[in-house]
Order: sequence, then structure tokens, then C-alpha cells
Amino acid sequence: MSAVTAEHEHDDHHDHGPEKGFMRWIVTTNHKDIGTLYLFFALAMFFVGGTMALIIRAELFEPGMQFVTPQFFNSMTTMHALVMVFGAVMPAFVGFANWLIPMMIGAPDMALPRMNNMSFWMLVAGVLLLASTLFMEGGAPASGWTLYPPLVLQTGAALPFAIFSVHLLGISSIMGAINIIATIFNMRAPKMTLMKMPLFVWTWLITAFLLIAIMPVFAGAVTMLLTDRFFDTSFFNAAGGGDPVLYQHIFWFFGHPEVYVMILPTFGIASTIIPVFARKPLFGYSSMVYATAAIAFLSFIVWAHHMFTVGMPISGELYFMYATMLIAIPTGVKIFNWTATMWRGSMTFETPMLFSIAFVVLFTLGGFTGLMMAMAPIDFQYHDTYFIVAHFHYTLVPASVFILMAGGYFWLPKWTGNMYDERLGRLHFWLSAVSVNILFFPQHFLGLAGMPRRIPDYAVQFADWNMVSSVGAFIFGFSQLMFVYIVVKTIKGGTGEKVTDEVWEDAAKHSLEWTLPSPVPYHTFATPPKEIPTEHF
Amino acid sequence: MQKINHKNLGAFKQFIILMRGGYSVMKTQQLFAGLVLMALSLGTAQADYTLNLMEGVTSISRDIYGLHMLVLWVCVFIGIGVFGTMFYSIYFHRKSRGFKAANFHESAKVEIIWTIIPTVILILLAIPATRVMIEMDDVTESEMTIKVTGWQWKWEYEYLDSGVHFFSSLDEASNKARQLNSGIDPRTVANYLLEVDKPLVVPVNTKIRFLFTSADVIHSWWVPDLGWKKDTVPGFINESWTSVEKAGTYRGQCTELCGKDHGFMPIVVIAMEKPDYEKWVVEQKSLAVANADAATKEWTKEGLITAGEKVYASNCASCHMPDGAGLAGTFPAITASAVVTGDLNAQVDLMLNGKGMMPAFGQMLDPVDFAAVSTFIRNGLGNRVGDAIQPSAVKALQAAIPEIVYDGDDE
Repeated sequence: MSAVTAEHEHDDHHDHGPEKGFMRWIVTTNHKDIGTLYLFFALAMFFVGGTMALIIRAELFEPGMQFVTPQFFNSMTTMHALVMVFGAVMPAFVGFANWLIPMMIGAPDMALPRMNNMSFWMLVAGVLLLASTLFMEGGAPASGWTLYPPLVLQTGAALPFAIFSVHLLGISSIMGAINIIATIFNMRAPKMTLMKMPLFVWTWLITAFLLIAIMPVFAGAVTMLLTDRFFDTSFFNAAGGGDPVLYQHIFWFFGHPEVYVMILPTFGIASTIIPVFARKPLFGYSSMVYATAAIAFLSFIVWAHHMFTVGMPISGELYFMYATMLIAIPTGVKIFNWTATMWRGSMTFETPMLFSIAFVVLFTLGGFTGLMMAMAPIDFQYHDTYFIVAHFHYTLVPASVFILMAGGYFWLPKWTGNMYDERLGRLHFWLSAVSVNILFFPQHFLGLAGMPRRIPDYAVQFADWNMVSSVGAFIFGFSQLMFVYIVVKTIKGGTGEKVTDEVWEDAAKHSLEWTLPSPVPYHTFATPPKEIPTEHF
Repeated sequence: MQKINHKNLGAFKQFIILMRGGYSVMKTQQLFAGLVLMALSLGTAQADYTLNLMEGVTSISRDIYGLHMLVLWVCVFIGIGVFGTMFYSIYFHRKSRGFKAANFHESAKVEIIWTIIPTVILILLAIPATRVMIEMDDVTESEMTIKVTGWQWKWEYEYLDSGVHFFSSLDEASNKARQLNSGIDPRTVANYLLEVDKPLVVPVNTKIRFLFTSADVIHSWWVPDLGWKKDTVPGFINESWTSVEKAGTYRGQCTELCGKDHGFMPIVVIAMEKPDYEKWVVEQKSLAVANADAATKEWTKEGLITAGEKVYASNCASCHMPDGAGLAGTFPAITASAVVTGDLNAQVDLMLNGKGMMPAFGQMLDPVDFAAVSTFIRNGLGNRVGDAIQPSAVKALQAAIPEIVYDGDDE
């Protein structure tokens, strides 16, 4: 890797570092700075959304209404979801994309650096606008993150602001996606053909296409809500010839691929971390790529499985059931591939690996309940109960969020040049992994026993498991403060131990970023690397 | 466990019965969970929770329960295989045990195998699921029809064959206890949040077709023991059917977020033996006649106010608050309201036809209740207008509202 280092010494002579002072973070076009901005913003929003979740769990700790009004409770469920989806999980993955895609493909920066800056600040504007609705007359939207009419049209002054916020978030996502596609298609190192890209790059490429396809659909749907409310159209009003269920079809045509936007990059990071700690190449690289593409394709043709009870004709029920069940096949392939990657490896269990293994196990549980719900007749019982709440939280929290944590621990030493505190990292992992199950596993029982979702109060036979779930929620929530402490400590010098360029044993065999110095210089790969890692081929 | 006639069972149902052998395993889990709870000293007197889906009281609910157990066990077996392999590997293939990494990274053979086996399992699951789905969808040969209308936040039931018609909302005891910091322990309230003022009554062993629609936003009507839920969509009619096999009381809730009191519009279904049901229908009809008579007689103002207080509690208090103070920014106050203390005709007109989020009570309340609550709000909750409206006058106004006619045979 001497070639790369030599080029960097060369760069240092005439290249400048970051702007000095605060303005650096406002005007930066550097992919690493923007990646950092995205990651810190996402972390902050993770705590905002988490606080809302704890308000929900505090109210549900016992039967009876103790802390909030039902209307505010509904605002909390709505805002918790919107903030977590659009403010925390999606931006966090964009942060990783910004930091890693150029370094993984041997590019100096993103293809469109100024647009990169703009999409970040538009995200901030969108999320702040959304948060401001909490203080408006009539309160924040309280119709669930799905914003179903006619209920959403009963929102007070907040409605147009929430809709405009969705527009801003959509534009931000689309610009980010365009940037990622342009970077991957145009800026790869000479030897890096598409089928030699790291899986994280592949999963983000596919995710970016999903985003470009779906964000305009969501923008269209909420714009129709806007005109129905303010300009007397009747898209979703039967009295004027419209149909409220039409909104649900449009929303879920966006919404189903949207949940894959949050899980595909998760797959990518897991496929990056597991081979490094198994000291073995990823099993089935090409089937991983094809499975990701298959899942992305299927995500467009299964949307109405969110609507089995809405009154579809039998042909629709059956079609959406069959199509949805198909998703189990490529998803199964991925889980089998990760297992085969670990099989006969030489494993060690540093914090990133612990989070990744927990992801594989707990995401599989979420996948099992997904298969159960795919079966239309049984979904007539499961639908809109806590069983669903348990399902999608298993696919989001111990899956997406765990992998974001894993990625943080994995790359933080590379980015900062300092090692994190492994003992604290493992403590953070075990607290999170145990409490997340105390939090969400009992929700399966609650749903099966008949507890609907989105209710602020419940019949007393649901009391015990709700209490257990709330206890888990508070342990999980406060455990995450450890992550902030560990990250800050690492940035400030960590354990004092300086990491090598590779950080992890033989990591440079897996991906290009480990060939760079630690900490990574402000500018990297001013000239593309001549050789790329060939471990997987 | 229900008694099952083994003579007429197909292979699938035999399989399901086999699967239900798993029920005893669930019992063990319940015991285990119970022990865990006690260890956490959370095991209160209220330990009648369940962990699994209920089997219910209809053929469909039992089919669904069977499918649920089938797919659950399929998942358990796959899980044991995958996690078993993974944990074996995690335990034995670790660097600290000196295990040297292999270097394989693909195998067309295993990849084909683990694509084909799941596909076969999925097909085997899809076949019984399709059968149940088609059966659920078949509303033909129904013996009676009940129309269910969702309102924010109550249910309206209309028996299209016998003409029985009423509204059903959360009972008073639950409603008092569920107010913010009410000071009432929900554990002391019988069937907290799962009790209504007027339950839906149905005959057993009768194929009943349900029609679903809504007067405002989308709701969803769910009684777990019947095996399904169905959304009520304003402007559209959905249908579904059930045939309850066992007399009893079955409880459920609204399952589609429908606004602030979504959690407070339960459903209670009482299934009766047919003769009891017939008796109930006759009672309801004579009740309707008595109500119509009451609407023609002259009422005293005090009589109306007394009757109106109850009507207010169950119909108005959830938005305008029990003390009439309203909710700033969302629901106007009744106390000192310009409309309520103003012209009687304007106030009655607003109640008849609704406005914005305020439903049209003209269709919802009978003349006596309507007149009573109107008189109550004008002379109670801090208001002192002094006038009253007679039920007969309300009846005349209601007669002018065009009735919506549904064709029972058509969708």
C-alpha cells in the first residue's frame, strides 16, 4: 500500500485541510465532514425519537391514564415514527454512505459535493419543521406516521407544515440518492468492476434507486392530502367521488420499499463486518448481490399486504399473500450466507461482531413474524395489534439500529485514529441486547392476546407484559447514553492506544478504506488506487 | 380444547390437530413466563394474561388458529436449524480455541438447496392459507345481515332483517376511570375498557353477514374470538361473515387509529341460543315502540335535564369534557358558548347536522335523548338559558332529514 501513502505525502504539499472554525461545518463539501454531520444529526434525532418512545412506554407502564392526554399520545406515536425513520435511521445510513462509499471505491469525494451539502441542510430544515408542529395549535399530527385520510385531515394548524416537511425530506433524500448513484457509476477505481464492489456499496446503490422511485410517490400522496384539505379536491373523499383506500395504496407503494431503504444498507454493513471477524471471505458474494436486487424488486409488488383487512377482492388478497411470501426466499439466502460465512471461520467477538451476530439472530426473528403475517388469513388476527409492533421493531431496532452501532464501533477507530474502549463497548452491547428483548419480545404476547396498537390505555389483562416491556424500554433507552460517552471518549483520544492502518486483523484484504492511514486524512484517493482487494473472488 | 368430530376431517385438519399438540408446550411456556413474572414480583392477582392467539368460537377462527400454529412451528424448526448451526460455529470456530479459518466462499450446490427447500415450504404453507382465505371471503347463504357503522368513537348496529337499531359505546364505569388521573384503579373496574352500554346480540349457529361502513374516519371492527377484523371505510361497504358456535360474551376493540378516543370504543358481542335471541329481538322492538311513544308525550324541563345529563356523559363528554370546558384549540367549550346560550333553533340545527369534526347527531340520537341533551346543555354545565325543546319538535325536525337507503342484496 506504499503507493497510496506516497500519493498522500504528495497531496499534502499543495492541498489545504478543512476550513477553520464553525463555518467549516456549514459550508463543507467534504464527504467526510458531511458524513460526520449526518451521523451526529442522526444520533441526536435517535435520542429525540427515543424520548418520545419513552413517553409512550411511561404512559403504558400501567393501565389508566397517568401522564398524557390520548391526543398527545397519538402525536407521540406519530412523531416517534417519523423522527426515527426520517431523522435517525435514514440519515445515519446516508452518513455511512458519505464516509465510506468514496473510500471503498477509491474515489476522492462524492460526485456532487455541493449538492451533498445542500441535501444535508435540507434534511435539517425538514426535521426542524416537523418538530415545530409539536408547538402548533391542535398539536402535532396524530394520525400515525402513515397519515391516513380522512383522519389526518382532522389535524389542526400542523397539517400543511407536516406536508411541507415531507416534501423537504423527500427532496433531500432524492438528492442524496442521485449523488450516490453518480458517485458509484462514475468514480470507481479502474479495476473495480460492479461485481467487485464491496457489498455495502452494492446495497446502497440499490437503495438509492429505491429512494428515487418512491420519494416522489410519497410527495404526491401528501400533496393530494394538501389539496383535499385546502383546495376542495376529493382524491380521498368518497362524497366527491374519491376513495380513502386509494391513499393507502399510494402510501404503501412508497412505504414498503421505504422499510427496505432502512434494511438494505443494514445488510451491506453486516456483510462487511462478519467476514472480517470470521477471518473468512463473505460466503456467496454474487448471490448476496442478486438477493438484494430481488428483495428490492419484490418490495415494489407487495405493498397491499399492509392492507389485507381493508376490503380487497379475494384475488388481491391471494396475489399479495403469494408475492409477500416470496420475499422469504432471498431473505433466507442472506441469513444462510451469513451463517456460512461464520462456519469454520476463526472468529473473535469484538463489539462490532457482537452487534452483527445479534443482528442476524434478532432480524431472523423479525423475519419469522414477517412470514407469519404474510399469510393473509392469519393477518386478519395479527393486523394492527402489538404483534405487528413487535415485528417491525425487531426488524428495525435490533437490526438497523444494532448494525448502525456495529458500524460505528467498526469504523470509528479508522476515522479517528483512536481505539474505543472495548470493555465499555461490550457492556453497551450486552445491556442493549438483553434489554431490547425485554422491551419487544413481550409485545408478541400482547398482540396475540388481543391488544391493538396505538392505544394509550388498555384492559387490565395486558398489564403485566406492558410493564415488562416498559422496564425493558427504559433500560434500553438509558443504555444508549453509553454509546455517546464511548464515541466522545474515542474522538478525544480513546484508550490512548493508536490504531494501525488496518485496525482489524487483515481488514485491508476486505476493503480499500483499510489501506489508508489512520486517522484518515482529510483528502484521500486524489489519484485512484491501482490495486483493489480481491479477497472475495 | 374444543371437541372435534374426527370423522369429517381432511388431511389438513388432521395435521392441524397434530400441530395443536404444541398447545401443551405453550402451557409450559406460560408456566415459565409466570415464574419469571413472579421472580420480578410483578405477578399480581391479575395474572389472567395469555401468550398465544385464542382459538375462538367459529370455524374460521379455529382454521386461523391452526394456520398460526402451523407456521409458528415451521418457524421454530427453521430457527432451531439456523441458530443451532450458528451457535455451534460461534462456540467451536473461534480464534481463542485456536480454530484455523477455512477459505471457502461459495458452493452452487448448497445455494441451490437452500433456495429450493424454502420455496417448497412456502408452497406447502400457501395451500392451506389459500383455502381458508377463500372460505373467509364467501358470504353467500347468510341467514341474516347486520350493518356496522363506525363513528368517532362508538359503533352503530343495524339489524337489516328485524329493524333493530342502536349505538354502542364505552360503558360509564370505564369511561370515568380512563380520564387522566381519575384516581380510579382500572383493576377495580369490571372489564375495564372492554365493556359497552349496549352490546351486539347475535344468535348462535347462524351464518351472519356483516356490512361495514363508517360515518367519519376509518375504523376497524375486531373481535378476536370471531377470527378476523374488518375496516370500516367512509363511503364504501365491506362485508364479512361469522357463525358463532358457542353462546357467550366476546370482547374486542377498534383496531384502526381513528383519533383521540381510538382506544376507547370497545365491541361486545353476546351470542345467545336462538330462542333467547328471538326473545331479545321482541324486547328491542317493544323498547323502540316505547321510545317512540315517549317522544310524543309532553316532557317537563326538569325531566329533560335529568335525562340529558346521562346522554351528555355518553355522547358529548369525550370531546367537550365532562364539565363542558372543551379542549382549547380542538373542541369548543359548552359552558358560556355563544351557540349553546344563543338561539335555540341555531343550536338544535348544529346538533342535527354537525359541523367539521362534530358529528350529525340528527341520525344518532332518538328524539327524547336529543331533546334531553339539548335542554341539559342550555340549562346545565354553568349555562342558564331557561328554555327547553320537546321531543315531539325534534321528531318533526328529524323526519325532514333524508334517510339513506341500503339495498340489502347489492354491494
